[in-house]
Amino acid sequence: MAELSHSRASNSSSWNWLKTAAIVVAAVLALPILVVLVNVLIGDAEVWQHLYETVLAEYVSNSLLLMLGVGLGVLLIGVPCAWLTSMCEFRGRRFLSWALLLPMAMPAYIIAYTYTGILDFAGPVQTFIRDITGWRYGEYWFFEIRSLGGAMTMLTLVLYPYVYLMSRAAFLEQSANTLEVSRTLGYSGRMAFFKLALPLARPAIVTGLSLALMETLADYGTVQYFSVNTFTTGILRTFYGFGDIAAASQLAGILLLFVAMLILLERYSRHRIQYHASGLKQASNRRIVLNRKHTGLALVLCGLPIVIGFVIPVVVLAYWAAFKADMPGSNFVQLAWNSFYLASMASLIVVSLALVLSYAMRLNRSRSVKASVGIAGMGYALPGTIIAIGTIVPLAWLDHRIIDFVRQVSGERVGLMFSGTLFALLFAYTVRFMAVSLGAVQNGLGKIKPSMDMAGRSLGMTPFKVLTRIHVPLLKGSVLTAMLIVFVDVLKELPATLVLRPFNFNTLAVRAFELASDERLTDAAPASLMIVLVGLVPVILLSRSISSRSGHSQ
Amino acid sequence: MTSLPSQKQLKDLTLDHVSVGYDGVAVVKQASFQLHEGQIGCLLGPSGCGKSTLLRAIAGFEVLLAGEIRVDDEVISSPSVNLNPEHRHIGMVFQDIALFPHLTIAQNIAFGLTQWPKDAAQERVRYLLELVGLSGFEARYPHSLSGGQQQRVALARAMAPKPKLLLMDEPFSGLDAKLREELVPDIRDILKHEKMSALLVTHDQMEAFAMADQVSIMSKGEIHQTGSPYEIYHCPETRFVASFIGHGDFLAATVCGANCVHSDLGTIRGDLDHGFEGNQQVDLLVRPDDILHDDDSEFVGTIESKFFRGSHFLYRVRLVSGKVVYCFASSHHNHGIGQEIGLSVHLDHLVMFARE
Repeated sequence: MAELSHSRASNSSSWNWLKTAAIVVAAVLALPILVVLVNVLIGDAEVWQHLYETVLAEYVSNSLLLMLGVGLGVLLIGVPCAWLTSMCEFRGRRFLSWALLLPMAMPAYIIAYTYTGILDFAGPVQTFIRDITGWRYGEYWFFEIRSLGGAMTMLTLVLYPYVYLMSRAAFLEQSANTLEVSRTLGYSGRMAFFKLALPLARPAIVTGLSLALMETLADYGTVQYFSVNTFTTGILRTFYGFGDIAAASQLAGILLLFVAMLILLERYSRHRIQYHASGLKQASNRRIVLNRKHTGLALVLCGLPIVIGFVIPVVVLAYWAAFKADMPGSNFVQLAWNSFYLASMASLIVVSLALVLSYAMRLNRSRSVKASVGIAGMGYALPGTIIAIGTIVPLAWLDHRIIDFVRQVSGERVGLMFSGTLFALLFAYTVRFMAVSLGAVQNGLGKIKPSMDMAGRSLGMTPFKVLTRIHVPLLKGSVLTAMLIVFVDVLKELPATLVLRPFNFNTLAVRAFELASDERLTDAAPASLMIVLVGLVPVILLSRSISSRSGHSQ
Repeated sequence: MTSLPSQKQLKDLTLDHVSVGYDGVAVVKQASFQLHEGQIGCLLGPSGCGKSTLLRAIAGFEVLLAGEIRVDDEVISSPSVNLNPEHRHIGMVFQDIALFPHLTIAQNIAFGLTQWPKDAAQERVRYLLELVGLSGFEARYPHSLSGGQQQRVALARAMAPKPKLLLMDEPFSGLDAKLREELVPDIRDILKHEKMSALLVTHDQMEAFAMADQVSIMSKGEIHQTGSPYEIYHCPETRFVASFIGHGDFLAATVCGANCVHSDLGTIRGDLDHGFEGNQQVDLLVRPDDILHDDDSEFVGTIESKFFRGSHFLYRVRLVSGKVVYCFASSHHNHGIGQEIGLSVHLDHLVMFARE
């Protein structure tokens, strides 16, 4: 009922501090993107001219080609696998339906250099070919992995799960009846798929695709490692190499344009999903049963992405880590500890702020609070490189003002307080990962209906007791999930960490990337393996929720 | 059992010109009525009329713009007073049931009994479960119960702390028709057995008539009439109440005496003075049971459509004047559409409204 949407606490004025907090949080989190935008606007034409004449064409064409290649790749893997595991019945379907998510645990830069180690000239594959054929360098053609095509392949392998997940959910929601109606109206099974199932799932597929493409645009490690010049590598090179904030911001501005288009696409398709869902949440329990031959085909089709995108790289990493890596144990423990406490602190901060924002939204439905939550969640689409620049520029400015001020007042010299410290790093993580944690927390909070609050109050509970006896136990799971997701994302994050970390402060991700860049691929394996293994935890959680859902439909 | 925080029974709930609203716009305007000890009251009106808002104001979840709400002469709500919901001793059952999913049925019911000694609370839970017919469900979780069972638990939970008053916000609207038919009399019996004063909100008049001793009809934030279901049906005070409750048609009529009107049905004399002036133009309310099928009657009409209701037929009959009215007939009198049938008028109490 419309009346319910007005439900609120009886003394709404006392929630004003929450509203204020939400607005402040949103304003602070919007800072990086504002800084970049302002720099785009005040940047002079000369810089622009220079960029235009030199690198822009290459960045634009490489980024576009990369998006095109990854886009096609994730569609070609994600949609058929989703269809097979949701609409068909064959041996191994249930296993495959969650195992197809495994490559999500693999950061793109890690799979990139793992395959480089396997496939480049000195790697086992080419060595083996040379050994059995007797060919020597230059006498045969072999796929050059350090190329645009290689980057497309690597990103496709780890990003297809986005499309898979979204389209699978859409296929499952299409009721069997819809498809059966089409059969009674004279459509063949094949026609029903192309005329009905696929168009119905299209908004979901497009949503998954736009998420995968956002990740593609945000990727830094893979393209940098493969020396493919895209926006992200260009931005960091301009910023680091030439110290040119204006030029870096100009580039970031164009990248933002691309991202903005993807966001619009994602929002638009998400909006349309609700019209396309059948409303009946039951999965169709009448799957097409595949015969032997087709089962084999399905197993190969769905099995390959898992083997190539997860099994081979993990086995190779484990082998390197166990037998070849040269990394002192104490060193590794230090790295792991750095990563661990950084990720823990970030997840605590991000989830606490997400709770503040979510409660502000629950208790105060004013437009300003809604807008604040929207703004605070924007960062998920921003590439880490842009957030890094948007963070370091204002913090460095602030630091220098503080240093000047202290020197004038007391004559003492103080160091950088914000820009060169973990503060900057944690701030950037908060901007980047607020959206995922907001999503999880709001999802949990949404399940606590306002009438439950009222029921508690009418049974004699004070608001505080309602919080501790109803909200805390019901929200615990979602909050832990949110913290876990942020924890893992921080662990995997590369470009922002690379730019913002304090001097001589290394994490697993940074060290793995540095070692790989120095061609010490095998030495990078222990850190990489660690990241992948921890990254598995949320993927397994996700898989479990998937398989329990498909279990209900049996 | 001596240390139980005992609640005195409610004597009166009084709403005195209560206005409730958001951002200064009144959703409920000047609502007044009283509910007495042991009565079941009902706020009945179309959706969006403000009845749920008014109920939440009584529970303490809405602030009043004007007026006051009193329980036994203590003001619990006014623009300057707002007793917290947890201190009102008013229980509530919600449309979406709102059981706590992380607690068992027994824990749900005992949720409001934290002040009670443990064995007394246990005994109360046992008693209530038996009362609502769910003994043995103590350790189950809400999700494993059917909708009707969940609603019974919600009722038990709200009644557990022995509230002075029980509020029910569309408690049956989520249930299917068959279940509702079973549950409504059950719940009335339970409330009466416990001598519980209760106030129900619904948009379903059959539910209101089956549950309530006293019905308040609401429309657009205003209470039009409060009275027993019989009064509401037979003596509607406003045109809205007349058209909202039951079936009926308005016939143009002219006053021809202190207790007499002229209309398409002829000259009708009521048994009471209607209070309108001679020759005044009025609209006369005609209910289906005011016009009965009578084969011997000279007064005829043509059947336009018919509804078979099992025990009786409900005909739509076109009078000679062209006006269409309902007509009641026993189900033995099966006539075809287009057929002419005799009618007899049984209007003793004239319900009329000045022509607009």
